[in-house]
Amino acid sequence: MTIALPETTLAAPALRTPADAALHGRIAKYAVLGLALLAYPLAASDFWIVQIGAQTLFMGTIALSLMWLGGYGGMVSLAQLTFAGVAGYMVALFGVSNHPELSLGWPWWAAVPVALLIATAFATVTGMLAARTEGIYTIMITLAIAVAFSLFCRQNYAIFNGFAGFAGLHPPRLFGLDLRAPLPFYYLCLAFAACAYAGVVYVQRSTFGLALQAVRDNPRRMRAIGFNVYAHRVAAYAMSGLLAAIGGLLLVWFNGRISPDSIDAGPTINVLVMAVLGGMVHPIGPYVGALAFILLQNFAVDLIDPERFNLVIGIAFLAIVLASPDGLVGLWRRLMRRRS
Amino acid sequence: MRTFKGVLTAATMLTALASAPAWAQDTIKVGGLATLEGAFAVMGQDSMRGLELALKEANYTAGGKKIELIKGSSDAKPDNAIKAARKLVEQDGVKILVGPLSGSEGVAMRDYAKTQPNVTFINGSSAAQETTLKDPAPNFFRFSTDGVQWQAGLGEHAFKNKGYKRVAVVAEDYSFPYSQVMGFMVDYCKAGGKVVDKFWVPIGNKDFSSIIAKIPDNIDAIYVALGGADATNFLTQYEQSGGDKPMVAGSITVDQTVLSAKGKQRSYLIGTPSAGPIADTWDDPKWKEFVASYKKAFSDGLPSPSLFAHAYYLAGKAMVTALDQVKGDLSDNQKSFQAALAKLALDTPTGKVALDKNRQAVADIFLTEVAEAPDGKLMNKVVRVIPQVTQTLGMPEAEFVKMGPASRDNPDCR
Repeated sequence: MTIALPETTLAAPALRTPADAALHGRIAKYAVLGLALLAYPLAASDFWIVQIGAQTLFMGTIALSLMWLGGYGGMVSLAQLTFAGVAGYMVALFGVSNHPELSLGWPWWAAVPVALLIATAFATVTGMLAARTEGIYTIMITLAIAVAFSLFCRQNYAIFNGFAGFAGLHPPRLFGLDLRAPLPFYYLCLAFAACAYAGVVYVQRSTFGLALQAVRDNPRRMRAIGFNVYAHRVAAYAMSGLLAAIGGLLLVWFNGRISPDSIDAGPTINVLVMAVLGGMVHPIGPYVGALAFILLQNFAVDLIDPERFNLVIGIAFLAIVLASPDGLVGLWRRLMRRRS
Repeated sequence: MRTFKGVLTAATMLTALASAPAWAQDTIKVGGLATLEGAFAVMGQDSMRGLELALKEANYTAGGKKIELIKGSSDAKPDNAIKAARKLVEQDGVKILVGPLSGSEGVAMRDYAKTQPNVTFINGSSAAQETTLKDPAPNFFRFSTDGVQWQAGLGEHAFKNKGYKRVAVVAEDYSFPYSQVMGFMVDYCKAGGKVVDKFWVPIGNKDFSSIIAKIPDNIDAIYVALGGADATNFLTQYEQSGGDKPMVAGSITVDQTVLSAKGKQRSYLIGTPSAGPIADTWDDPKWKEFVASYKKAFSDGLPSPSLFAHAYYLAGKAMVTALDQVKGDLSDNQKSFQAALAKLALDTPTGKVALDKNRQAVADIFLTEVAEAPDGKLMNKVVRVIPQVTQTLGMPEAEFVKMGPASRDNPDCR
């Protein structure tokens, strides 16, 4: 004898599992953030859209490349801005600039991919040099590469035009839109930043990403199991190079110029500050850190005597790092946990 | 916990909303940009004094409107100067920007000015030649002379009167020293002198030992075109290493910012010839009055105003005078104000200043020599005043431009 199944089980809605709830929560958070970022230009002046908004997005992308290597790869690299600088210089050399005797004048759809490719190749070579080192030695070797490249650009006049660098670097005109105008430039940076963020979130959960994190946690065991630890690390550098190159491309389009002092020790450390300030625990950290740093950089001069404002930036950095070693994102997480 | 989160949110929002408070309509916002960070910080400080002195003398009023000064800071890097300028122009809404201080910043500012045609840019003290010589911006006005003009007459004086037949050059590696070296070499090479070697150092270089070791022995003098902390470091290290060659100095190398540096008195600098837009101990009554009012206004200032204070003072004075002429009316996208600036003939503490067709100043230049004042401090005394030097050093423009832009290798006379 068959037992009739209650109709209601088929008609009733599926039970919400805890995993579903967490996923819905995350989708809701991303939806809110995405809408806020898309709608932001409606409420902001040109200065806030470009100098604060767009700058946060592309500097955050460069800092994201550092967080990717440092947080998921366990290798803190100070050469990220160098990869960005290589992309910038290649765009200047292959594309159009104020120095037609040095630039090749290729159209943007040829110059940009070539620049990104060369920057990624440079990052791969850096990775091959740095992947066998650990901890502070990685920091030293990547810092050495960064300073060496900036000094090389400063002293080489035949190709890199020395101290003056290249000016007159513009993003292209697409569909009649000047991409350097505030709104288009902001959405361009937002699109690239969203892709970079999504890329990192996806890769860190992929097989490669999980293996990389395992290599970070215990390289010896991974080697014993049979993973090629060296290859994983070099691949991580290559990916960080691509991310930094995208940020670097937007950086030179923002400034309209690149010169050796855009990529020397000072700005290099700024990128590290942004990553640490935001926290290396989640890919949103570098963007939060970049926002905090750029706000401080622009407005500290209004809070205190113009001759002392760097003090405000330093104290703010110290306060955040002392209060929370995993940066602003770590602080936020702890606050959320305490509330619930 | 709630209150801490509240404080955190409030602090973030406060930083985000921090901006200059809204003022009544009859105020003109003016931005002042100088290098308040890095190797040139002392020069930046003094330049702000010069600008404030000009505004103080006008009671912070011009053309019937109040002047509000908003300060910005840079560190001699063009990227950061443009960032600071963007903040002043686009966020703080200044209508007139006075600055920048450093040569390469000025070149970048010229390009930025072209993107902001409704804002007037008046140069601070940036003295790179190409800022007004190559593709000048129609809204960029330079009432200070450039690095090439500053060295007018020095090369000939060094060769003929001082007898230096062979020199080596030590200078910072950017556009302003290139202009200075060109200004020196144009008449030095023409008189028959030889520049055997040039040593270029980055701004902020701390260790000159490798340079000092390479300076050749078979020279009569060293031409030094360094500024601020770099000049002080080089002079100290050169003397400590036992160097004894006399020097010929660029304009900012024996400026008051270096001569008044705390520490061992630079007695070996006495007798060093230089040239520039000012001379500390000139006995002209207008100059003496300027020095007296500087000293009275700034008790913590330098013993005598530096050329940076002087340049920013000229910029401030020009701005106030032109604003008075147009009665503070900036409404027609500043066209009448900019026209007034272009036609201005200023009577300054250092003589007459007027602009040429590239909006570049034509003014008197002072050939000087370092001497000890009665109170023991080091000052620049006047050897000769060279009147109304143009940007092309009196040459026809075509011939001057044919020499090529000032760079590391141009000019060359080995």
